[in-house]
Amino acid sequence: MHPVLDVQRVKKIYGQGETEVQALRGVSLTVERGDYVAIMGSSGSGKSTLMNILGCLDIPTTGKYLLDGVDVSRLNDRQLALVRNRRIGFVFQAFNLIARTSALANVELPLAYAGVKGAERRRRANLALSMVGLADRAGHEPNQLSGGQQQRVAVARALVTAPALVLADEPTGNLDTQSTNDVLAVFDRLSASGRTIVLITHEPDVAERAKRLIRLVDGHIVQDERLK
Amino acid sequence: MNLFETIRFALRAITANKLRSSLTVLGILIGVAAVILLVAVGNGSAQAVQKQIESLGTNTLTVTAGGGGGARGAASTTSTALNMTLIPALSDKDEAPHVRSASPVVTGSQSATYEGTDHTIAQFVGTYPGYVAASNFKLAKGSLFTDEDVTDSRKVMVIGKTVAEELFGTVDPLSKQVNVAGKLFTVIGVLADKGGTGFTDPNDVAMAPVSAVQESLTGYGSLNQILIEATAPGDVTEAQNEVTAILNAKLNITGSSTTAYRIQNASQLLETRANTAETFTLLLGAVAGISLLVGGIGITNIMMVTVTERTREIGIRKALGAPKRTILTQFLVEATVLSLIGGLLGVAAAVIGSRFTIVSIQPVIVPSSVFLALGFSVAIGLFFGSYPASRAAGLRPIEALRYE
Ligand SMILES: Nc1ncnc2c1ncn2[C@@H]1O[C@H](COP(=O)(O)OP(=O)(O)OP(=O)(O)O)[C@@H](O)[C@H]1O
Ligand SMILES: [Mg+2]
Repeated sequence: MHPVLDVQRVKKIYGQGETEVQALRGVSLTVERGDYVAIMGSSGSGKSTLMNILGCLDIPTTGKYLLDGVDVSRLNDRQLALVRNRRIGFVFQAFNLIARTSALANVELPLAYAGVKGAERRRRANLALSMVGLADRAGHEPNQLSGGQQQRVAVARALVTAPALVLADEPTGNLDTQSTNDVLAVFDRLSASGRTIVLITHEPDVAERAKRLIRLVDGHIVQDERLK
Repeated sequence: MNLFETIRFALRAITANKLRSSLTVLGILIGVAAVILLVAVGNGSAQAVQKQIESLGTNTLTVTAGGGGGARGAASTTSTALNMTLIPALSDKDEAPHVRSASPVVTGSQSATYEGTDHTIAQFVGTYPGYVAASNFKLAKGSLFTDEDVTDSRKVMVIGKTVAEELFGTVDPLSKQVNVAGKLFTVIGVLADKGGTGFTDPNDVAMAPVSAVQESLTGYGSLNQILIEATAPGDVTEAQNEVTAILNAKLNITGSSTTAYRIQNASQLLETRANTAETFTLLLGAVAGISLLVGGIGITNIMMVTVTERTREIGIRKALGAPKRTILTQFLVEATVLSLIGGLLGVAAAVIGSRFTIVSIQPVIVPSSVFLALGFSVAIGLFFGSYPASRAAGLRPIEALRYE
């Protein structure tokens, strides 16, 4: 059995010459199916960079990344689109909701690209929104929502396709304790049902809910410990 | 995701971004409407000149005395002045079978007075009754003077619309006596309005028997011109040859070319005008091209300005699993819909606009300009609507999301 995620000596270098930044300096990591991993590290340590590569949204400068045993760099546009749509639920640090489009339509979007028909799509999107406590905000557009509400819409959008792999970049960064607990409860349930979760956080009590904790410093993994 | 869904996505994006959509539509609308309307104005003015040529009559010839009379030695031994003695010969059906009528013309401006009202008649014409029809005038009321009036030198006249309005206002001019340069002429008819867009008013005219005019106003000198009416528009050349032969014989001209007199037909007279109209159309075409360009730049602008926002949107869509082709289709449909709406509204605006006269010209739409303007604007809209999208769709999602 392949590990779900298999990162081999990945480096990511931004820019060149004077402005060159080594965001990842040779990261190796495997994550097994059903694991629940929290990544911590100071700001600028390369957490989001790593997450974007895991989500097939960016490519490493050097090194290899296998998703379910498949080298992602060999996939074409169509196959990548399928992977992003069916396998991965991605929560952006910056939410990235589509402007002037209702919360419901935003959440429906991945289902639409998956070819789910209108009525079924709406039903599942509404369900995902109520899971994050936003059933009453379905018709609101992003600029009519608070930061925390936007974040929860982004979480709902990542979960609506019931993906086997959830990648969440600080999904609770803008939330109060109550909303944080709601979202984490959803993650706990997903984990219990066998999904693989990788989540970035700055908060120790969020990290405590995970089964495994990884610390990044300056593009290196400095700590990798199993909590449960 | 199927095509139908993609189209629905595109329509939703259009309605969600009303300002952006309406600016795009407006840019295309203005470009299309301006081109169609400007070309229509040029075409309208060309057609006006065409009508003017037709209203002057395409089967008439004008004989005028040449400037170089008597200067060519043996070529002109007698007076080159046109005079009444030429008229019977020109009207001879055997010698000139293609001439329907030959009318002498003495003309000049004359001041006229009726009960204290003054008006200077721009063209006071002494002629034969045939002149009226030959110069494309029609009688509105009253009657025309007759050959008998000519023989008896009766001082009667028919007046143009402008003269009637200036001298009589609302009074019925028929049977009224008008003082023309000291002589009393009786109005027996009023001419119908003769349209014309020239600088001179064709209705500021009065016509009287040539004998009466010569007797009382101009004296029995030379004629200003002789108006020849050919039997049909196609006979103008034959008529011109016959008239030339008769005049050469009568005026004792032997050379092959002469400056003693000139014969012009109506279309020659208006050739210059037609040329002017053509230049005008060309100019308007250039202006139309520029407005198309400006409209195009407007469209390009609004499309480009939204690229940043749209590139981020494309990044999000790709991250959520949209393949490149689906994104391209969506943006292409958006651009098509906006361009077509803008283009068709532009055509509608031009059609409505062409119902009004613009700088006293009635625009006439040229169908090919509609297709050209529509095609060009839609092409620009399509290109600049889909080109940035295709570029963005080729980026990795993260690159697209970071685009600024
Ligand atoms: N597109 C880019 N161009 C140049 N440098 C970049 C780019 N993206 C990130 N970096 C740099 O890479 C490093 C890692 O960035 P990254 O976003 O992964 O940090 P992070 O750990 O997610 O931080 P935070 O906790 O603040 O989100 C930073 O020093 C950042 O300046
Ligand atoms: Mg980050």
